[in-house]
Amino acid sequence: MADWEIVIGLEIHAQLATKSKIFSGSATAYGAPPNSQANLVDLAYPGVLPVLNAEAVRMAVKFGLAVGARVAHRSVFARKNYFYPDLPKGYQISQYELPIVAGGTLQIVLDDGAVKTVGITRAHLEEDAGKSLHEGLANASGIDLNRAGTPLLEIVSEPDMRSAKEAVAYMKKVHTLVRYLEICDGNMQEGSFRCDANVSVRPKGREKFGTRAEIKNLNSFRFVEKAIQYEVARQIELIDSGGSVVQETRLYDSDKHETRSMRSKEEANDYRYFPDPDLLPVELDEQFIESVRGTLPELPDQKAARFAKDFGLSPYDAGVLSASRELGAYFEATVAILGAAHAKLAANWVMGEVSSALNRDNLDISASRVSPQELSGLLLRIVDATISGKIAKEVFETMWAQQKPADAIIEASGLKQITDSGAIESVIDAVIAANPKQLADYRSGKDKLFGFFVGQVMKATGGKANPAQLNELLKAKLGS
Amino acid sequence: MLHNLSVGELAERLNARQISSVELTRHYLARIDRFGATLNALISLTAERALADAAQADLRLARGERGPLLGIPIIHKDIFCTDGVRTSCGSRMLDNFIAPYDATVVTRLKEAGVVMLGKANMDEFAMGSSNETSYYGPVRNPWNTRKVPGGSSGGSAAAAAARLAPLTTGTDTGGSIRQPAALTGITGVKPTYGRVSRYGMIAFASSLDQAGVFARSVADAAPALQAMAGFDARDSTSVDVPVPDYTAGLQKPLKGLKIGILREFFEGLEARNAALIHDALKVYQELGAQTLEVSLPHLPASVPTYYVVAPAECSSNLSRFDGVRYGYRCENPKDLMDLYKRSRGEGFGAEVKRRIMTGTYVLSAGYFDAYYLKAQKVRRLITDDFRAAFTQVDLLIGPTTPTPAFDIGAKIDDPVTMYLNDIYTIGANLAGLPGMSLPCGFVDGLPMGLQLIGPHFSEDRLLCAGHGYQSATDWHTRAPKGYE
Repeated sequence: MADWEIVIGLEIHAQLATKSKIFSGSATAYGAPPNSQANLVDLAYPGVLPVLNAEAVRMAVKFGLAVGARVAHRSVFARKNYFYPDLPKGYQISQYELPIVAGGTLQIVLDDGAVKTVGITRAHLEEDAGKSLHEGLANASGIDLNRAGTPLLEIVSEPDMRSAKEAVAYMKKVHTLVRYLEICDGNMQEGSFRCDANVSVRPKGREKFGTRAEIKNLNSFRFVEKAIQYEVARQIELIDSGGSVVQETRLYDSDKHETRSMRSKEEANDYRYFPDPDLLPVELDEQFIESVRGTLPELPDQKAARFAKDFGLSPYDAGVLSASRELGAYFEATVAILGAAHAKLAANWVMGEVSSALNRDNLDISASRVSPQELSGLLLRIVDATISGKIAKEVFETMWAQQKPADAIIEASGLKQITDSGAIESVIDAVIAANPKQLADYRSGKDKLFGFFVGQVMKATGGKANPAQLNELLKAKLGS
Repeated sequence: MLHNLSVGELAERLNARQISSVELTRHYLARIDRFGATLNALISLTAERALADAAQADLRLARGERGPLLGIPIIHKDIFCTDGVRTSCGSRMLDNFIAPYDATVVTRLKEAGVVMLGKANMDEFAMGSSNETSYYGPVRNPWNTRKVPGGSSGGSAAAAAARLAPLTTGTDTGGSIRQPAALTGITGVKPTYGRVSRYGMIAFASSLDQAGVFARSVADAAPALQAMAGFDARDSTSVDVPVPDYTAGLQKPLKGLKIGILREFFEGLEARNAALIHDALKVYQELGAQTLEVSLPHLPASVPTYYVVAPAECSSNLSRFDGVRYGYRCENPKDLMDLYKRSRGEGFGAEVKRRIMTGTYVLSAGYFDAYYLKAQKVRRLITDDFRAAFTQVDLLIGPTTPTPAFDIGAKIDDPVTMYLNDIYTIGANLAGLPGMSLPCGFVDGLPMGLQLIGPHFSEDRLLCAGHGYQSATDWHTRAPKGYE
């Protein structure tokens, strides 16, 4: 592997979150009964014509501005001609020579913490095809055209990624961004966000790219990583054994974790692209573009930088907390109550207990069973030393399960921390009296037994002794 | 006789309740019954529905509603989708296709109160200049039934010429309204590209197709065009320009109108044909118009340009006819490829296949630049030529066709000769300009057409100039023998 450099470029298809299709008034909602969201335009009836959805254009412009790209003042829809039953017109309306967005960048953070810039060649608008259904039909295939005409933004990267991990980091970055911009719901199971990966290898140091294979329709981050890893290994093995890579389209089989040839370059369609005469060029003036710029939210990188600066978070923590708009908002709402001085505590809890509870129950942050208000109610009790962090975790679990405020749980279960020195001292005395051997050993130099005494006191107090006070008092008692 | 009255006269009588729309409709249905089989001008007759619509129009009239088209019969070219009625486009491919919606043209005319008698025969998918490519057989020219009526709107033209309806609709992609109008001695108007919505009009070549109207006179065509024209949000290429009152504009004097004589249109034109155009120029001069010669140097390239652009677009537009969702499907397909190949192979006729193949070829990798891109550049040059000419003149004038109607069968096996029949009409399509053909005399007993072309959205000027000519001449009043 050391002799080879991996070259990856991604073509990401993000389904735009418009209410209606890109060229017709049909709804785009997922999961409707087959063909219930396909009108005459989607079915390509004779005589019908496409009319561009302005919202799709606005969303594409939003993306272009967010990645610092040029938004074209004039872009053109073209027809990509090929026959397939799920493509009712016999052509797909896409953008070819003049896309709406060109030349942007995104930054990804590598494992070693280094920041890498990935180029975005272009992003263009196009319509999705329908779906062919082969299951449950004897001797026939079904066609569901609900998805036909759904707006897509195809985001094409430069071949800038050098490992499967980088490709995944880039894809995740785009995923975060499109959800931030509220232009795509990012739902990968439903196919709202998927990608094709162009993969090639070349001997290290060589400038010329190797022959690439395109792996189609990867709809999870894990599949992207696995498919690229498999494909890279396949290509290297092929070359090492004297063969050569052919330019082709391959399909990833997620059950077998391998890629398989779909069609070679020779079998590839000649799509006969030409400008669609049914649609006028999309003309956007500076005023429109600026008005869209005015609607851009704080972007993930901006938010992460602000979290790091204002709250003293590490770049990693700031990155995690700004990975989605909702998570960032949850964190900020918690800090707003708790105070910026305790932002690090809030960060640890949001990334720790809250996130793992969400994962365990398969919930979204917006559906969290503990609200930012309730969480800060709990964290305030740590801050004012009413309970220890350890107890707080137990309280949190009860809050999550029973949806009661922290104070009520602390009160009801008597979990309140013991901060009365006298009370702690008397427990310490009792523990020392009950363990004369350990006391002797400790005093003869076995320092490690300090932990034993702490444990015994905590056990006797049900974990409620204030840890700092306990340490101090115990040290004094054992020393004397 | 009712069928010799103008649309204006008919409307007057309908509005005065001297005749009913049902009576008028019956009269025309009787004429279709009498002449329809000979001419083969209609693909579908919608008699029952026509009588119901006529009764509806009579109700509206009885309630006091008035309108220039209320209760007037019409025949639509079978390229316009008509809700619940077979819309075949002259093809076996759509022989079983019942359109589930109305084209915008049909809707607007319906709102104006017209009564549809049926659907007119046409060249298959509007590809042809003689109406011989129709799956339903050739249409015959009422002036001489051995002759073609022109195409592709041959059925509409023959029907209007034979007085089977006072108005018929057509479409013009390379001359398909003007050429058959000329060959059947009637008036045909092809508006500016974008003036009339293409929604519901089955596409041949989207950047060239434009709906228009046939009538016996400009004055008859004006109210129909009025009803059809105007922006439609369902057609992105329709243009939001106000529609002037065409009928009100007909009476404007022609004094001072500058008419350009298109030099390129006279090169090689037979003397007898040229003489008719020069006679027409004299009429205009007498009406106070100025005439001067202008040249459009790139115009001779319009036929080859058209035969790259139109097939390219049609090859893509006709891909939707795949036997999957509607239209013709072959028997017992073995697999998907067999379904495609045989449905299309059996459903399309020879001329349509020729153009699909030509279009596929010119768009293919390696040929795209040499053909499609080059044709687009020439198209731009031709458009610029017209633009330059219209800085000097208000209208351009020339013949509509090089010859009068030819024999059925004479050119059908020689596509290049057939294509040259559109040599004078194609330029206006490439440049998106409005054009019109008016009857201007006879050669060998067959009508010839005078063509007027105006700048974009100058339909009012074009109609006014046409009406002026028809006020001074009577060519448009001549009826073919037996159809008076």
